[in-house]
Amino acid sequence: MADSLLKTANLQAWYGESHALHGIDIEVREGEVVTLLGRNGAGKTSTLRAIMGLIGRRTGSVRFEGKELINARSDIIARAGIALCPEERGIFASLDVTENLMLPPVVRPGGMSIAEIHTLFPNLKERARSPGTKLSGGEQQMLAIARILRTGARLLMLDEPTEGLAPVIVQQIGHTIREIKQRGFTVLLVEQNFRFAQTVADRHYVIDHGQVVDHLDNAEMANSAERLHQYLGV
Amino acid sequence: MIEDILFQLELGLPQVVLGLVNGAFYALLSLGLAVIFGMLNVINFAHGAQFMMGAFVAWMLLAWGGIGYWWALVLSPLIVGAFGIVIEKLLISRLYKLDHLYGLLLTFGLALIIEGVFRNQFGSSGLPYSPPESLGGPPVDLGFMFLPKYRLWVVVASLVVSLATWLVIEKTRLGAYLRAATENAALVQAFGVNVPRMVTLTYAAGVALAAFAGVLAAPIYSVNPQMGSSLIITVFAVVVIGGMGSILGSVLTGFGLGLVEGLAKVFYPEASSTVIFVIMAIVLLARPAGLFGRA
Ligand SMILES: Nc1ncnc2c1ncn2[C@@H]1O[C@H](COP(=O)(O)OP(=O)(O)O)[C@@H](O)[C@H]1O
Ligand SMILES: [Mg+2]
Repeated sequence: MADSLLKTANLQAWYGESHALHGIDIEVREGEVVTLLGRNGAGKTSTLRAIMGLIGRRTGSVRFEGKELINARSDIIARAGIALCPEERGIFASLDVTENLMLPPVVRPGGMSIAEIHTLFPNLKERARSPGTKLSGGEQQMLAIARILRTGARLLMLDEPTEGLAPVIVQQIGHTIREIKQRGFTVLLVEQNFRFAQTVADRHYVIDHGQVVDHLDNAEMANSAERLHQYLGV
Repeated sequence: MIEDILFQLELGLPQVVLGLVNGAFYALLSLGLAVIFGMLNVINFAHGAQFMMGAFVAWMLLAWGGIGYWWALVLSPLIVGAFGIVIEKLLISRLYKLDHLYGLLLTFGLALIIEGVFRNQFGSSGLPYSPPESLGGPPVDLGFMFLPKYRLWVVVASLVVSLATWLVIEKTRLGAYLRAATENAALVQAFGVNVPRMVTLTYAAGVALAAFAGVLAAPIYSVNPQMGSSLIITVFAVVVIGGMGSILGSVLTGFGLGLVEGLAKVFYPEASSTVIFVIMAIVLLARPAGLFGRA
């Protein structure tokens, strides 16, 4: 079995007084694609934000490549090799597409080159000089993913990359995720659409009320439809 | 009628050109304010005091160290900028989580303290500072007027520095960080950029711009503790008219309003000291975000 790349233990987090995460224990191994499933408000985004150091107060443990990051600032966490593609995509309006793409500093060797990224996302090349937010929703999502492929981060955290997008774009994003897995990146993916999750992931954690409530291998997914329907309320 | 106006304009052209010299200072100072506001969301009321410090440091370098104008033009912004780093780290950085108003009050208080200290040390009568020899000598013949070389230099220096600042912000990687952090600092930091340090250095850069303007001003105005506070009131009006946080806007508005003041001196001298504030009132009513501001 591959080494653990990311391991959280009793990860708790607060927004001001409001206790959002009540002890998240997950593990992601080198080269895996792991999803966090769960209904709206379950704590999936908060988990990614807590790992990234983007939440006011957090306790417990976040170990990346064995290094404890629970007290680190988010820029230090990024430099350790974790990158986030946020739920709201975070494309900058005052930057053009290329500037958005080039914004995150390279934190390690091994990231994708601009040429490779343009092969994967030809639209980003065509629209290189457009303001970032003038792109379509799908293109913005591509840009948000492409941006963190350049940096050499080993763990890519994608927060609902398919949300609100047309089926053909969702397919393209599925293809992208398989492609980046093949290149040896590790992915922690937040999804509500478990059918999509099934097509890309190795394992799944189900989150509810700020805790991990279940854990499935992808092979179990097909037989667990009932269980999942209960958790996800779909 | 039109001939009358043209005739008057011709007579008054020197005034208009001198307006451009004032505009050069408005542009540099509002540029620094815009840079600081864009990144820190703080209205730096100490800007006038830092301008004055720039002039005083140039004077001190010369009087106490024998260091001349050209070196002062580089050293004084660095020294006053370093003072800005201390101010940001020690004081302003504690206020980012609070309302803008606190930053404004803090920097206003700082301005009063700095001015008080300088008045105590140097009195308020003003100290002389001569332009460098290379910019002295006979005035330049512009055809319609003679302009002292030094004033021409002020306009050129201000234009060059403004343009350079604009280029850095719009065309470089560092500028992309700044623009992105203005939109969403937390995300930029989560990409691995040391945003707190960038904020500190941005404040220092804005302060250094004020100090640079101060050195430019030293040979024109006498170096005195009030030189900043009288100028800065006008500069705040310029910023309001241009739109807070717009780099290009502050430069264009700065020079433009200098010209307008010059024109007012020609056609209606009584209004020359108030025309900017009248324009400010009109702009505030018609376009509250300013001429170049994002609404
Ligand atoms: N910025 C915030 N301030 C306060 N509470 C928040 C904030 N963001 C999320 N929450 C709360 O934290 C809980 C988990 O939210 P989130 O992690 O966004 O869920 P998910 O991504 O699974 O939909 C929810 O109860 C939500 O209301
Ligand atoms: Mg979410």
